[in-house]
Amino acid sequence: MGIQVINEKCTGCTLCVKSCPFGAITVVNKKAVIDLHKCNLCGACVPACKCKAVFLEKPEAAAQKKDFKDHKGVWVFAEQKKGKVQSVAYELIGKAQELAGKLDTYVGAVLIGNDVDREAQSLICSGADTVYVVESPQLANFLDEPYANVLIKLIKKYKPEVVIAGATFMGRSLVSRVAVNVDCGLTADCTGLDIDPEKKILLQTRPAFGGNIMATIISPNYRPQMATVRHKVFVQPELDKKRKGKVIKEVFSLEELGSRTTLLDVVEEVENLVNLAEADIIVSGGRGLQAPENFKLIRELAEVLGAAVGSSRACVDAGWIPYSHQVGQTGRTVAPKVYIACGISGQIQHLVGMQSSKVIVAINKDPDAPIFKVATYGIVGDLFEIVPALTKKFKQVLRK
Amino acid sequence: MNIIVCIKQVPETTEVRINPETNTLIRDGVKSIINPFDMYAIEEAVRLKERFTGKVMVITMGPPQAEAALREAISMGCDEAVLISDRAFAGGDTWATANTLSHAIKKIAKEMGGFDLIVCGKQASDGDTAQVGPGISSFLGLPQVTYVKKIEEIKDNKARVERMTEEGFDVLETPLPALITVVKEINEPRIPSLKGMMRAKSAKITAWTAKDIGVEAKDVGLSGSRTTVVNIFTPPHRTGGQKLIGDTAEIVEKLVGLLKADITG
Repeated sequence: MGIQVINEKCTGCTLCVKSCPFGAITVVNKKAVIDLHKCNLCGACVPACKCKAVFLEKPEAAAQKKDFKDHKGVWVFAEQKKGKVQSVAYELIGKAQELAGKLDTYVGAVLIGNDVDREAQSLICSGADTVYVVESPQLANFLDEPYANVLIKLIKKYKPEVVIAGATFMGRSLVSRVAVNVDCGLTADCTGLDIDPEKKILLQTRPAFGGNIMATIISPNYRPQMATVRHKVFVQPELDKKRKGKVIKEVFSLEELGSRTTLLDVVEEVENLVNLAEADIIVSGGRGLQAPENFKLIRELAEVLGAAVGSSRACVDAGWIPYSHQVGQTGRTVAPKVYIACGISGQIQHLVGMQSSKVIVAINKDPDAPIFKVATYGIVGDLFEIVPALTKKFKQVLRK
Repeated sequence: MNIIVCIKQVPETTEVRINPETNTLIRDGVKSIINPFDMYAIEEAVRLKERFTGKVMVITMGPPQAEAALREAISMGCDEAVLISDRAFAGGDTWATANTLSHAIKKIAKEMGGFDLIVCGKQASDGDTAQVGPGISSFLGLPQVTYVKKIEEIKDNKARVERMTEEGFDVLETPLPALITVVKEINEPRIPSLKGMMRAKSAKITAWTAKDIGVEAKDVGLSGSRTTVVNIFTPPHRTGGQKLIGDTAEIVEKLVGLLKADITG
């Protein structure tokens, strides 16, 4: 196992050098040389090489073929808060239906909480065939241990083929713990899921290095194949009121639902009602706003559009707006339909957090600001004039 | 309090640029740094040590040059450092990495006589998975609290912490030992003092291989990974689109027209 350069094929073109995220390749005497101390075997250089001169041996062949015939079903962790299933879960149900169709199997939804069984029907109407409901006062709010215990036990009992969850605070925390326990692979923050038509395995595509490269990942030798998926990647299915499905209630002992960690308080503090991850539209402000009180321009536009308010790191560090609004590498990664950046220059750390947005609008007075390199629509101008005018215009247009 | 901090050396993102002609990453003169989130983990651990006394042990799994990251952590106030390095670890996914680190932590616990807390950054800036921290607590059977933005109090072998959520935060109490992952809001990492830097320069870094931590090669690195990367590609390159020009009224008119479908749809 390992990586090597086939010298006969290498032309010393340096394409692989540029593709390496770890700076592990140099060209010596017109041949690529890989520094094995730096190489992480990520494989980015393999497709980059036009001469097929980089050979990466994968352990896949070495692993014994296992029989997974008894593993059936595409499961979705139906995240709920205050008894309400979150929109990301419905988005995943829609995708799970497509995947289950290709695998010729059923869609399962796991609903954990207290007094949540009324939500089971809407999961069925969205595309779930079977809803596994686990209810207990101890499960009213998310806690890692009892939620993990429930999901682990259900996975062991029903043996699903695929388990997906939203890449939310809850989902990422929970399934990371579960995957290790059930000894399975887990791919974070996927933006694409599909089934390999021949091998019938889950193809999981996700961004890495802040979205600069995309990787497709598989877990052929372990079941279930697990992934978390970003918000707003898949479309929420239409409700089919006539759809029928099964509800299976599972009962757990108090001991199984025990938690060493206890919840003392739940605090809601986001000043804007729309949450960044779920928002279809985000209006963000940057240092160009000049003073904290000028965020009101951003809030006014956001309110008219029903949008969430985002911010660059600079404004958060200056204390103009809470950290929960920060978009970018050390804040949130978002991908709304429309992202409006006002007075944000567009440092790479900000861009990696929002460059997957469908439409990007940039308003900045500096024509050389890097934000314009990713903007669908760029406006070089004074945000103090343009933003209020936009708010006014949208107010008129959207009222009709 | 004895605290273990897990860190990762990552490429500095500001150096990641896309070559518009070849659509590939430009990595010339790439610099390695401590993962930004791990800086908050180091700082929090050092602050706890300063408050309660004890020792901070910083560990990393990585290539030999990751030693530089450990030395930087020492300059910020960590007491001891272990570099977990072996060719067998290369190419590990989050399962294999969490498995490797948890074996190392077991060995540390044995030699240190236990620990009270493991602190990790919420995720690494290169992989962005946020899976290794909870993976370690699962391997070790520890309680976990992810996305911690504040440690309110530590008393009677319990920690009261604030965990970030989409809507705000939860206040949780967890017995120790436990594992937490931290977000940026928790603190502001210090600039190393001159004394710290001098100490870091001469500090002894312990190096452990797969054999030292008692893990088999088949359970780490590429061969231990539960996932396999089958394809890597660059996403469609985003180019600057249309520039809207004119006076404010004209620009606003145009933009509203262009966005209307996306906003109402």
